[in-house]
Amino acid sequence: MINGISIHSIYVLDQDVALDFYVGKLGFVVTTDVDMGFMRWLTIATPGQPDREILLSLPGPPAISEDAAARVRELVTIGALGATILSTDDCRATYADLAAKGVEFTQEPEDQPYGIDCAFRDPFGNHIRMTQRTDEREVSDEDIARWAPDDSEGSDT
Amino acid sequence: MFTPREDENRRLLRARDAIDRAYAEPLDIATLSGIALISPAHFIRRFRDVFGETPHRYLQRRRIERACALLRHTELPVTDVARAVGYESLGTFGRTFTAIIGRSPTAYRLTAAPTRVPSCFVKDWTRPHANSSSFGEAS
Repeated sequence: MINGISIHSIYVLDQDVALDFYVGKLGFVVTTDVDMGFMRWLTIATPGQPDREILLSLPGPPAISEDAAARVRELVTIGALGATILSTDDCRATYADLAAKGVEFTQEPEDQPYGIDCAFRDPFGNHIRMTQRTDEREVSDEDIARWAPDDSEGSDT
Repeated sequence: MFTPREDENRRLLRARDAIDRAYAEPLDIATLSGIALISPAHFIRRFRDVFGETPHRYLQRRRIERACALLRHTELPVTDVARAVGYESLGTFGRTFTAIIGRSPTAYRLTAAPTRVPSCFVKDWTRPHANSSSFGEAS
């Protein structure tokens, strides 16, 4: 049976710029960096979880056509390609550290029933969240207001 | 790294992120186009091309989405809700709300259970639809 997630890919528009960001600012480490000729296989991981890797993938031929790559790049830069959620021991401290490094935050740390989380973008437009898990607590009215669930508008899709 | 168009996309996304983050602020086109580093007229056109609606309309939907949450899950009077999401005029709030949602803020007050997923996803997926009403014009 399938027993885990080992690698997933994020589309980046420049692998060196991606390294500056993910390794230089966020603190990931490079796990594999191999020039295979047809592609540069570049994976990173957090120091505490080396077997859970992210492939920093450059869209382009021969995997996908130039035309498809241009469309992928378009979607990345308008923020339309999904999100990655990271974990942290101290969301507010890490937020302060990363903000000082110039990371572009789209949401400051907020208290949630599952912990504290915040959101930022990588240099290309990818959406990244960072969550500090805490013990489960009761959902409060404030949580509900902040989440803004709205089934009457969301159910007609 | 970016083509000129991709670079512009990225700056437009930065302006849209500002709307999502600071929806209750008086975000005018001068402020938003300044964030995107694009001239105001070109900014509105490109924002609409990329995100499917004008920045003003996106901001209104974002504010009304927040207003829906407050109406449904707090006891705040409608006047306070309007102010909390960035409207100084109760009349403008009421008209905008009704145009987007199809009924008045007072008629809207319903209840719902929270969804246990990160808030950004809830915000993305529960925002009133761009095409769900005759509100404004997307193009």
